[in-house]
Amino acid sequence: MKSGRCWLAVVCFASAFKCLLVPSYHSTDFEVHRNWLALTHKLPLSKWYYEDTSEWTLDYPPLFAWFEWLLSHFAAAVDPKIVEVKHLNYESWQCILFQRLSVIGSDLVLAYAIKEYFSSMLQSGKGSSGREKLVTLSVLLLFNTGLLLVDHIHFQYNGMLFGILLLSIAKLKQGSVLCGAFWFAVLLNFKHIYLYVAPAYFVYLLRSYCFEKTGPSNWFPHLSNFLPRNLVKLGAVVVAVFGISFGPFIILGQLDQVLIRLFPFKRGLSHAYWAPNFWALYNFADKLAIRVGSYFGLSLTNVSGQALLTGGLVGDIGHSVLPTVTPFSTIVLTLLSVLPALFKVWCRPTDFNGFLRCIVLCAFGSFLCGWHVHEKAILLVLVPLSLLAVCHSSDAAVFVVLSTTGHVSLFPLLFLQAESLLKIILTLLYLMFSYYAWRSICCGTKEMKDELKLRVYQLPSIYLGGLVIIQFYCIVVHPLAPFADGLPFFPLMLTSVYCALGVVAAWFQCYVTMLKD
Amino acid sequence: MHLCGRIAERIDPTWVALYSSRGMESYNLRLFMRYTVLIADVLIYFPAVCVFCKMFCLKTSSLYKAAVALVMLLQPSLVLIDHGHFQYNCVSLGLTLWAIIGLGSGKDLLGSAAFVLALSYKQMELYHATPFFFYLLGKCLHEETIYRKLLKLSKIGCTVVGTFVLCWLPFLTTKEMAMQVCHRLFPFARGLFEDKVANFWFSASLIFKMRDIISQTRLIQLTVLTTLLMLLPSSWNLVRKPTFNRFLVALVNSSLTFFLFSYQVHEKSILLAALPLTLLLVECPFPGVWFHTVATFSMSPLLQRDGLSLASVAMLVIFVTASLIVFNPLETIWTKVMYTSSCMGMAVLQFGLNFLQPPSRYPDLFPVLISAYCCLHFLVFLAYFHYVQFSLDKPSPMYWSDQTLEDQTTSDVDKKTI
Repeated sequence: MKSGRCWLAVVCFASAFKCLLVPSYHSTDFEVHRNWLALTHKLPLSKWYYEDTSEWTLDYPPLFAWFEWLLSHFAAAVDPKIVEVKHLNYESWQCILFQRLSVIGSDLVLAYAIKEYFSSMLQSGKGSSGREKLVTLSVLLLFNTGLLLVDHIHFQYNGMLFGILLLSIAKLKQGSVLCGAFWFAVLLNFKHIYLYVAPAYFVYLLRSYCFEKTGPSNWFPHLSNFLPRNLVKLGAVVVAVFGISFGPFIILGQLDQVLIRLFPFKRGLSHAYWAPNFWALYNFADKLAIRVGSYFGLSLTNVSGQALLTGGLVGDIGHSVLPTVTPFSTIVLTLLSVLPALFKVWCRPTDFNGFLRCIVLCAFGSFLCGWHVHEKAILLVLVPLSLLAVCHSSDAAVFVVLSTTGHVSLFPLLFLQAESLLKIILTLLYLMFSYYAWRSICCGTKEMKDELKLRVYQLPSIYLGGLVIIQFYCIVVHPLAPFADGLPFFPLMLTSVYCALGVVAAWFQCYVTMLKD
Repeated sequence: MHLCGRIAERIDPTWVALYSSRGMESYNLRLFMRYTVLIADVLIYFPAVCVFCKMFCLKTSSLYKAAVALVMLLQPSLVLIDHGHFQYNCVSLGLTLWAIIGLGSGKDLLGSAAFVLALSYKQMELYHATPFFFYLLGKCLHEETIYRKLLKLSKIGCTVVGTFVLCWLPFLTTKEMAMQVCHRLFPFARGLFEDKVANFWFSASLIFKMRDIISQTRLIQLTVLTTLLMLLPSSWNLVRKPTFNRFLVALVNSSLTFFLFSYQVHEKSILLAALPLTLLLVECPFPGVWFHTVATFSMSPLLQRDGLSLASVAMLVIFVTASLIVFNPLETIWTKVMYTSSCMGMAVLQFGLNFLQPPSRYPDLFPVLISAYCCLHFLVFLAYFHYVQFSLDKPSPMYWSDQTLEDQTTSDVDKKTI
């Protein structure tokens, strides 16, 4: 079958499958987006970042607000009651159908971006291997369990945003640097979480576009190779995009308010459910220390006398035994964790794979060490990693384990019984698909396939086995256990800490791969 | 059902309290019931499909067999009715499929027992009964000696009667009880057709009101006579040459005949015709895919009432896309034209059903139009599959392994000489 047809078949499958998920559980994020549809439709621009009738205030950058404004016109045509600001938690079937279909529709951006990314590979005549990779990547991304769980059940618009990210990467790969930079700037103005990967872009674009390409591994380019014109062009594009986005608010003098809404540092180090990052392990160590201390008769609480982090509440709570973490320290740690990767990109400007790896590592670093990280941010690591996974065996190995860990860490988002079987089956199917796709694409020879079998039966599969046991406990055993009422947070903590171990190990492996390259 | 009820009682007794639980629909209860259908499906229907593909698909690639099994399991009408609307058709259809597998692999006794079980589970399986009867009769008649014929006939007869008695014994203790069971199973009092259904009588009633002109007893006689007459050709053909492929096509013909011409037909009865057509997807991909599209569409008024319109369209897209990849049904320009124009008609009617307000004079305009449209399609399919059954004499490439009678007799002869 021709590659275009295969891609189209995958897109049809994925969209139809997502339609079947329309009646499933949706979280408060559904009301968040409905509220934004309402406030962008009904209120003037000056009130967008001040409106707080609903607790779900606008905390995405202006371009996303404009996107919601565009959608709101269609929403008003479908059911005018959707766009009433005062209709909090409005949930008619028209509203649900409209919003779900808007997510499915916006996923087409991701589908298009995948095709764009591979168009250069297909044109260069790589033939069937390119087609296989296109189909594999399409399935890995369009059927990504994480995206299905977060976007189509929990409800968000990440598919479209990852599409824009992929589009910008595709344009950079094809050599249209300004186009790529443009799309990335647009992306930043849609959702500022992509600041996690901005350092990679910054360093790569500066080095590869604003300096002449001299020779390999030239870590200190001569000033004479500097191309000021390119810098100006790049800067103009980025500034123009930001200008269009933030301009109206700067003119209205509302920039402070917008920034406060965009960066709510008061929310605390960890989310209500700890994202599986380094701070989850840190929190766990702290709690363990309290327990050990109380065993030895020491009562260790923080200044306000609370036993900390027991219920997983959202708030700015400090630690008791280990030093309290401040936002500034998280930024410093994040920067430290990504510096080696950035340095590598600086030294090797022509290595596109190195750039991709740097994106992955920047996302990783920010996920592991950032302030108030959501568990959904693991998708920001997984999507670029999948681009590497379809080409390199070592990345594919990490991808298989990390994607399973990441998807399992998303399970607590869907806590109702009806979705439990669905999320488990989706994760298992995805695991099987990614493993077999990896085998057929990356392992050409029989020796490699045998080597793969050996690697699989080592630590990663033991870890995945542990994941299964822990999830069995959390989903089946804990709700029925007699001591469950006193420890509501325990299964969440267990999932979070165990997944954090996997994520840290994957990060380590990625770094090793990058340094070896 | 008794088993499910016992488990439900353990979990929460208020779910199964005799009168007070009527209309109850709590979240956990719904989840429990949905899980029972899913478990029944996985235990009975799924293995049957997998075994069928493994045993009867000639192409040896196991990837191909798995792909075929997947497409068969994705059959939209069954998934939507069982898991959307909520019924337990997968059990009876699964048992029937096991019966078909039994008959196809030469284990006639097991096959007949399985079919009696299916029949005892849901009386609608009577739609499939005539091909089973005539196929087995034909095989008996094709035995060499009268002694062997009678032996085979009596073996099958005993199995059937024995299984039947085992299932029904508790309910046939008194004559009144037996009559009451029959009355409940065959509700003739309900009338010629219950709701809008893609049935010949419903479509004919659009032109002249049969229910007003002819009395009910006469109507019953008319429908029985017409059904029997329409069944005759395919059954006679099956008795004369009882091969497995012919049996499968005869199943299609029989269930479609019953659907179109019988009394008190539900729109869900199309599932009975959909089962053998699912099995024939490999041999006749184009009619198969087209039929499934029409069958799912014929139930759209029902699905719309259940809020499953989007799900039905999504399932159809998934099924058709999967079939396009695995079978490639739309090869020639003619097939493309026919299928596309048929789908466009369906799309228009579906749009009207969901989004347009019918005129007040004809409030049921769209369901009626849909039923008539589908009935036309089904009549064409009936004619086509009769043609297929009668032209099976001519040698043609078949994907299913065709245990023809000649092969069976030669293999028996070989065994004797050895």
